[in-house]
Amino acid sequence: MNGEPATTGRQFVIEREHFDQLFELLARKGYRVVGPRIRDGAIVYDQVNSAADLPAGWTEEQEGGKYRLKRREDEALFGYAVGPHSWKKFLHPPNVRLWQAMRKEGSLEVQEEKQEVPKTAFIGARSCELHAIAVQDRVFMNGPYLDTSYRLRRDSVFIVAVNCGCAGGTCFCVSMNTGPKATSGFDLVLTEALEEGRHYFVAESGTETGAAVLAELSQRPAEDREIRSAEEVVARTAGQMGRTMDVSDIKGLLYANYEHPRWDNVAARCLTCGNCTSVCPTCFCTTVEDVTDLSGQKAERWQKWDSCFTMDFSYIHGGSVRSTPKARYRQWMTHKLATWIDQFGTSGCVGCGRCITWCPVAIDITEEVRAIRESDFRRTKRDRHGDTGTDSG
Amino acid sequence: MPQKPKVAVWKFASCDGCQLTLLDCEDELLALAGEVEIANFAEASRAIAKGPYDLSLVEGSITTPHDAERIHQIRRASKFLVTIGACATAGGIQALRNFRNVNEFISIVYATPSYIETLSKSTPIAEHVPVDFELRGCPIDKGQLLEVISAFLNGRKPNTPRHSVCIECKRRGVVCVMVAHGTACLGPVTQDGCGVICPGCQRGCYGCFGPKETPNTRSLSGWFGDLGMKEQEIVRVFRTFNAGAEPFRRESEAHEH
Repeated sequence: MNGEPATTGRQFVIEREHFDQLFELLARKGYRVVGPRIRDGAIVYDQVNSAADLPAGWTEEQEGGKYRLKRREDEALFGYAVGPHSWKKFLHPPNVRLWQAMRKEGSLEVQEEKQEVPKTAFIGARSCELHAIAVQDRVFMNGPYLDTSYRLRRDSVFIVAVNCGCAGGTCFCVSMNTGPKATSGFDLVLTEALEEGRHYFVAESGTETGAAVLAELSQRPAEDREIRSAEEVVARTAGQMGRTMDVSDIKGLLYANYEHPRWDNVAARCLTCGNCTSVCPTCFCTTVEDVTDLSGQKAERWQKWDSCFTMDFSYIHGGSVRSTPKARYRQWMTHKLATWIDQFGTSGCVGCGRCITWCPVAIDITEEVRAIRESDFRRTKRDRHGDTGTDSG
Repeated sequence: MPQKPKVAVWKFASCDGCQLTLLDCEDELLALAGEVEIANFAEASRAIAKGPYDLSLVEGSITTPHDAERIHQIRRASKFLVTIGACATAGGIQALRNFRNVNEFISIVYATPSYIETLSKSTPIAEHVPVDFELRGCPIDKGQLLEVISAFLNGRKPNTPRHSVCIECKRRGVVCVMVAHGTACLGPVTQDGCGVICPGCQRGCYGCFGPKETPNTRSLSGWFGDLGMKEQEIVRVFRTFNAGAEPFRRESEAHEH
């Protein structure tokens, strides 16, 4: 095809029966295709070979500390919200060997790690997840130090986003202004529509690569009626958010409340297990482990996902800086919602709700913010002094 | 050629499973034998070399007056002493005796109770002598054992993190059995190291590696109650191989009425 593909910036309809072509086409173009599939009672992200691998007709019920798969009344392929995995596992893998070294005649020979990154297509990325990827892009690629291996993986990805057709019980992307409609960061975006015996996707490309893929699929320009249907799907989802979070002056709120009694309350419940940070699609912290073999001839350095909930995380000479669970929870939440903004110019939270669902004891970040806001130190101080004037900041 | 470090393996009240982990090293066994002299390892050889020993691996808990003496001799003969397994680090399953009167068991179990000389409690080695490093697990993990020996041989700190099992479950992409299935799991209060064997097979963690750093057993127990577990069941989940480990002991006692 010459010049810009005819499909750029316009909406097209792909019928459900032609949807398999997407998988065949991506495979033909050399992509490893990963997407949602059911495993061990959850919808996880893993290799998918065709639409038959997708969780057709399944959704989930999500609450604090609870996730259960549930049958839908239709055969929707993307009729769920988000599961325990995020795309972070592909772009920022949990275990990466950074280098190896061999002892050779009294000196060390360091071997650089070979970077072999397969071209990968993500199927079904949600708007909150695209925002999460954008957050990690800033962390790994836009700071003073470029993470070259992240860059390599990031550049090898083709993203097929899906606008959410339903919200989970712990979703709050509307509060975070990160969804449910995908607006950028994708090559292709789909909205799944099921109506009166019809099952189709309204598709739009976000990049030229996406447009080229779309052009090769069986599609036709969407009719106004179909475009309206797709818009209704997203609007309906936006009205279904299981959670909300008031983020107005969130930095001011948290910075003024370091000593709020709520931190003791949450610390009594927090297991410091690190689940919230592991499932969070933006949490990026790692540790390095140096290992040697028995003979001492070979050494390796591994990078592994870490968590600010461990004692080792803040260990410096003499001990851990954040030895109490209170200090660790406060650090995590304050970083996620407030200091992240100072550091990266954006919130670290995209409202996906994973930290709420996958916390074994149902600690809810939206509830913690609400509790602090309800008895904000600044307000209670004003109340004490009988000051009814406007906030001086 | 410099002399190879002398390694000795010692047994107290235990099942031998942890020291057998050393033989289970199979692929690495020859490499290990090349780096150290196995000076005392009854499970592998009757040849016993005299001390002092550079590294002693001690398995088992102290349950008899005789053993309480013997561990001091071993400590004196060892430059570096590492305890291996739940028995040696927490008193083992036999620490269940600590919650009852041991004389009652003896009178029921043995035909001639007067022959039995035992202590009222099963205690970890560290309660008797200074210990340089404790390797957790019931049994210990082979990879962690090799890591500790490699670290010892290379003069570095071993990578045996004290964080939760959850951290490793998530690195491996294992679906949380508690959140997704409602299965009670000790993972959030248990130290990582086993390679998430049970959650990896969709079972709850049994806590074989003992309490993690800063374990919040109280909060987790509250959640077990919400999942429908009865008080006596909560007592039992904390009373297995690491029943004597302080945080697990305290938690089980809090639910015993």
